[in-house]
Amino acid sequence: MRPFRYSRAVDVADAVRLAGSPGARYLGGGTNLVDLMRETIEQPDALVDVTAMPGEIEETPEGGLLIGAAVRNTALAEHPAVRTRYPVLSRAIVAGASAQIRNMATLGGNLLQRTRCAYFYDNHGSRCNKRQPGQGCDALEGFHRNHAILGASAACIAVHPSDMAVALAALDAVVHLQGRNGSVRSLPVTDLHRLPGERPDVDTLLEPGELITAIELPPLPATLRSTYRKVRDRSSYAFALVSVAAVLDIADGEIRDVRIALGGVAHKPWRATRAESVLRGGSGTAAAFAAAADAELAEARPLPGNAFKIELARRTIVAVLRELAGDSA
Amino acid sequence: MTMTMTVNGSPVSLPHDARVSLLDLVREHLHLPGTKKGCNQGACGACTVLVDGERILSCLALAVQFEGRSVTTIEGVGTPGALHPLQAAFIEHDGFQCGYCTPGQICSAIGMAQEIRRGVPSHVTADLAAPDIAPTRDELRERMSGNLCRCGTHNGIIDAIAEIVSADVLLPEPAQ
Ligand SMILES: Cc1cc2nc3c(=O)[nH]c(=O)nc-3n(C[C@H](O)[C@H](O)[C@H](O)COP(=O)(O)OP(=O)(O)OC[C@H]3O[C@@H](n4cnc5c(N)ncnc54)[C@H](O)[C@@H]3O)c2cc1C
Ligand code: FES
Ligand code: FES
Repeated sequence: MRPFRYSRAVDVADAVRLAGSPGARYLGGGTNLVDLMRETIEQPDALVDVTAMPGEIEETPEGGLLIGAAVRNTALAEHPAVRTRYPVLSRAIVAGASAQIRNMATLGGNLLQRTRCAYFYDNHGSRCNKRQPGQGCDALEGFHRNHAILGASAACIAVHPSDMAVALAALDAVVHLQGRNGSVRSLPVTDLHRLPGERPDVDTLLEPGELITAIELPPLPATLRSTYRKVRDRSSYAFALVSVAAVLDIADGEIRDVRIALGGVAHKPWRATRAESVLRGGSGTAAAFAAAADAELAEARPLPGNAFKIELARRTIVAVLRELAGDSA
Repeated sequence: MTMTMTVNGSPVSLPHDARVSLLDLVREHLHLPGTKKGCNQGACGACTVLVDGERILSCLALAVQFEGRSVTTIEGVGTPGALHPLQAAFIEHDGFQCGYCTPGQICSAIGMAQEIRRGVPSHVTADLAAPDIAPTRDELRERMSGNLCRCGTHNGIIDAIAEIVSADVLLPEPAQ
């Protein structure tokens, strides 16, 4: 690991000031960054620990929640307001990693964790455009069972590994940011991450040195039901092959509102807007759910090793929507 | 001013080199070899320790992140002459074979018991809104999935933990 300076920020202003140099990086729980530094894939010369920044879980005037970026994953999953009003978020968090890792991981760090593509991790043995732009991608003709079927490019087929981020995408969460010069802005979480295109080395639309300060969850009508389902190679402590976060409002068999996001299939949490528009205002039948899934997955471009994900995603979308629709379907 | 934390109740100064992981601090600098290095990348749980009572992986964290915090390793949980009840239960139920994963399993289970008491949900918790969580075997297995055992002693491990969790035994204060 390359030597670096370590400092701890007391608040947001302190954090962006301490991280003012180009080689500086923010440090959350460290569960991803420390690992990547040990592999010398990440080589920051300064780490600014942001876990002491104030910021808890607060009610917003609109009836939503404002969650500080340093809130630990466990604290978010166990919060009564999240468990009762945003069950999809609790479920997504506890489907990820292990209890020890969730006790360490922060909201900001979880969102910005990097891909688990084995070729990205294999620093000295494999080619990877995300690690070394222009080098080539060994996943394309390699072991790509876990890789993307939607929105990938000829340069990169890596997927974003976060479960939590998939739930946040379905909840229309908003990311609050502060830049180095003190400028403040916010982004829908679905616009935080980008598709790989020609620049898979760039994961997000953040400016250099920009800090995630909080995530805001808009209020959800009480009639809405939500859940998260993750399909993986073993029943615990494994990354998703496919996951589905969904929010459904259905009355008398008619879909008033629906939001669906997919994990394990793309370079970013994938909001299934095509499926949503097929469903909105229509009837909540199993046939409609299948047609919606097909509409979304018509854009899928699989490789030989991950074509199974199309059928897996289709079935998981239908199963989750049927579960949420319950007796109304 | 040197930065400090406590390990098993004793004050310890933090390493000058920020690259030192909490795991290497405990094993190499403090010569407390109970905490094990299995994978050094977060995948096995052998390095689990308690920080202010919460279980974490000491391999994935830098020691400097824990300034002012109180760390408990297996050496602070019990001693050969004064076993923690969970250590006794592991012996009773054959919860280990080679023993390499055991310190991590025991620290993890102690942290897990607190999480269940606090009502932290897990992937297998059916009702997220329920205030109390029944420590069923499925719950214990899911909550312990971050600790692997190469010898395959998981059934004994869950038997030992089930006995202690149902008896509601708390972590004794580390020796001062
Ligand atoms: C064995 C293993 C299994 C796992 N399984 C899963 C899984 O199944 N599902 C899943 O979702 N995750 C899984 N994870 C990943 C885990 O969830 C992440 O490592 C964790 O969420 C990262 O959070 P952190 O706070 O530790 O981030 P860090 O490692 O501290 O930081 C990650 C990145 O975020 C940046 N950052 C942190 N905070 C901020 C901020 N406030 N503003 C701007 N930038 C910031 C850092 O600079 C860094 O680039 C697994 C990890 C391991 C090791
Ligand atoms: S050594 Fe830390 S998880 Fe394996
Ligand atoms: S007892 Fe040998 S690894 Fe668990």
